Amino acid sequence: MTLFSKPNLLHIGVLLGLIVLYFMLPPYHSGNLSRIMVLAIYAMGYNVLFGYTGLLSLGHAMFFAAGMYGFGLAVNLGGVPLPIAFLLGIASAGLLAVVVGSLALRTTGVAFMIVTLMFAQTAYLVVLYFGEYTRGDEGFVVQQAQRTFAGVDLTTDTARYVTALVLFAICFLALARLVKTPFGKTLVAIRENEERARMLGYDTKVHKLKAIIISGLVAGVAGAAYAMLFGYVGATFATVQYSILPLLWVLLGGAGTTVGPLIGVFFMFYLIDFSSSVTTAYLLVVGIVLVLLTMFAPKGICGELRRRVFPWLP
Amino acid sequence: MEFGPHLMLASLEGAVVAAVLALTAMGLSIVFGVMRVVNVAHGEFYMLGAVLTWFVTSAIGGHPALGFVAALVIAPLLVGIIAAAADTFILKHIKYDPDRTIVATIGLLYIFQQGTLMTFGPDARPVEAPFNHRLALPWIENSENGLQMFWPWGLSITSYKLFVIAAAVVVLMGLWALITRTKIGLIMRATQQDSETAQAFGIPVGRVYSLVFGLGAALAALGAVLVVPIQQAHYLMGGEPLLLAFIVVIIGGLGSLPGTVVAAVLIGMSDGIISVFFSPMVAKIIATLFVTMILIWRPQGLFGKVIR
Repeated sequence: MTLFSKPNLLHIGVLLGLIVLYFMLPPYHSGNLSRIMVLAIYAMGYNVLFGYTGLLSLGHAMFFAAGMYGFGLAVNLGGVPLPIAFLLGIASAGLLAVVVGSLALRTTGVAFMIVTLMFAQTAYLVVLYFGEYTRGDEGFVVQQAQRTFAGVDLTTDTARYVTALVLFAICFLALARLVKTPFGKTLVAIRENEERARMLGYDTKVHKLKAIIISGLVAGVAGAAYAMLFGYVGATFATVQYSILPLLWVLLGGAGTTVGPLIGVFFMFYLIDFSSSVTTAYLLVVGIVLVLLTMFAPKGICGELRRRVFPWLP
Repeated sequence: MEFGPHLMLASLEGAVVAAVLALTAMGLSIVFGVMRVVNVAHGEFYMLGAVLTWFVTSAIGGHPALGFVAALVIAPLLVGIIAAAADTFILKHIKYDPDRTIVATIGLLYIFQQGTLMTFGPDARPVEAPFNHRLALPWIENSENGLQMFWPWGLSITSYKLFVIAAAVVVLMGLWALITRTKIGLIMRATQQDSETAQAFGIPVGRVYSLVFGLGAALAALGAVLVVPIQQAHYLMGGEPLLLAFIVVIIGGLGSLPGTVVAAVLIGMSDGIISVFFSPMVAKIIATLFVTMILIWRPQGLFGKVIR
């Protein structure tokens, strides 16, 4: 594969587009876009597990929340410097992924979904139980003074956008590379036919565990970044709804595609933004989109594009 | 109150929880058993049952029993029809693919929940019980004058709660008779065992699926009609019964109907008893973890057979 292959050009184009958009968009929309990029990191993490490995988890909010609380609590209670707290957030998500993954992988199919759902529910209850530190549903604010890194105030619009873009670019390119490696291709093989992958001599269980850990780590990056850039940590992010949202984003954008998660988050974000200005029952839109997607476009936007127009789409 | 009477009160309250839970979980279990799909929107059928009860009772007025009896018929029927329609128009279209069904029913969950929010509103609304007498319960204690019966203060239950327990038992027995003693039950069991062969023998499998999906939803709605005079109707009330019903169905063994009933009694009673003696949050955390572990080490549940 050459450096200037179509997929590579697409990835670089997406990142350049995000840079250009910052200078073109009014502050309200560029603020939205930095939020979209952080959530897209979360969606990309989910995509590793669901899109490439074919494991449907209904509990990813626990990894997002682990990153968020790992960072937020370290900064707020421990007074840990920002970069170390950020790494702590990612590490706690990774650790949780190791534990949950090695237990949940003893099950398959429907049981796997329910087990992940249950673990996430337990995590949510644990957050509420330690309300003394986590402040439960109410959540807590990471003070502006604590959100500076190397003298740069991360609460300004520009710093926020640049940080979100840098983190997004790292995860985006790393994951795009990962799925092209033999390891990534083995994950796809497991998704397509696990029995056969095992017959060919791959240790599918270890591969699936690694996929969960990578997926959890990336979700943890998103959680920690969300707390760092937007300064709020709350139990809402550990609810079932935040486990379902990445599923929705990935399905909408296209499971098993590199740009799908970003596109899915982008569309859903503006769809909800628009519908919540019309009605308080904006989740109704989420429901209708989910049903329509499963019925008419199970491969999502990028999946349909790949099938009809661009067969090379990564 | 002393320990003995306290425990008795806790187990009576637990029995009420168990009765409603058995109905709800049975609906989920039948759907999974026959159709092999997980219905995430099941809790919303429960919620719809409760909300419809409020609409029916407030539309009819008069004596509360009048509206309640009407709701007892109308709410499960209507919810069953809604569910059967959802099955026909959505689940059939995606051919009951397990993953896609879960995603589609999550979508349905939001549609029902938010639709209710738009029409019924965000408030919790009470429904009056058809009858509600407070019955003091006796307790027997060994004193110096030998065994004595007395009425401790606070040890009482309402007649309506006893009715809920009785009604659930009657419905479950009726369901058992339906499945084991009638032609419809025979067709359902045939479809459960091997839907392709059943189809080859001329059983309209598609219609059976719609019927089963509607029946499962109607059972949840029936449980909600019974519970609504004790609890209030609210558009978010479907979440907890869904989780509890999941737990019950898993512990009882996916697809095993007797297992579901046993597990519902077990979970309902222990829920009632644990939450009297321990902090509810700790109880919930322990219960959730416990169930997860059961599913990990014994995926077929306590009574289930290994799914081929």
